[in-house]
Amino acid sequence: MPALPLDEAGKYVAGAYVVFLTLIVVYVAIIGAKIARIDRELTELVEDDE
Amino acid sequence: MYSKGFRSLALATVVTLATALTLVFFYAPLDADQGFIQKIFYVHVPMAIVALGGFVAGGVMAIRHLRSGDPSWDVRSYVAIHLSIILGVGVLATGAIWAKASWGHWWVWDEPVLVSFLVVFLLYCVYYPLRFSIEDPGRQARYSSVFAIAAGAFVPLNFIAVRLAEAYTHPRVLSQTGGSLPGEMRLTFLVSLLAMTLLFVTLWKLELTAKHAAMQLRRLKRRLAEREVVTT
Repeated sequence: MPALPLDEAGKYVAGAYVVFLTLIVVYVAIIGAKIARIDRELTELVEDDE
Repeated sequence: MYSKGFRSLALATVVTLATALTLVFFYAPLDADQGFIQKIFYVHVPMAIVALGGFVAGGVMAIRHLRSGDPSWDVRSYVAIHLSIILGVGVLATGAIWAKASWGHWWVWDEPVLVSFLVVFLLYCVYYPLRFSIEDPGRQARYSSVFAIAAGAFVPLNFIAVRLAEAYTHPRVLSQTGGSLPGEMRLTFLVSLLAMTLLFVTLWKLELTAKHAAMQLRRLKRRLAEREVVTT
């Protein structure tokens, strides 16, 4: 197939990089939520112990 | 335990990722054949290489677990495989986008590299049900390690078989003799590969830190509960 024109190819390239970025952002958000939950539970434990 | 040197690693990852993106869009020349669409190569191929490397690394860590009996190696192996599967999703998605733009189809079944990656990906999808169907932690770790070693050995064998296959329709830009990448493209690719590797290691350490903190918290809760039982 001949090379796609820039305006059409741009959509595919942007799509590929957005997929990559979305995966990383979602992954970091999930791990971040886990760490926030651990922090919350730890704070509750310390408060209960005092 | 796992957070040592994390900040500098994360910083190096961000800097390398930013450098890689700058090189991809402002330095690397347009491909004479594919044009702008070839820019997908710089995210798709490093992601595939790092994902496959992660699967093999998971197998090596599993060997260390079986040899030492140290459960922390099982956790390391699990996180490496888990991250590689996530990257594998990215590889399949970006590969499908590239295939659609280049060949006009989202997927082609007569392309050995694509299909072999799918086979490896589906093989590793079995890891989760295998691991979480076993309740006893010791057995879970042992069985998962055996799977990780067997599957980790399958990864290079699978790709050697593909290389030996006769039908070469996938663009072969990398080879033992240096491939067909010109200098600027090669530098951009190597920086992208380094960025992806650093990203993998950073996220691996991040998840290990979170898992370690969760385990420590559970241990602390158990101790506090035991202390309460003793005092009452």
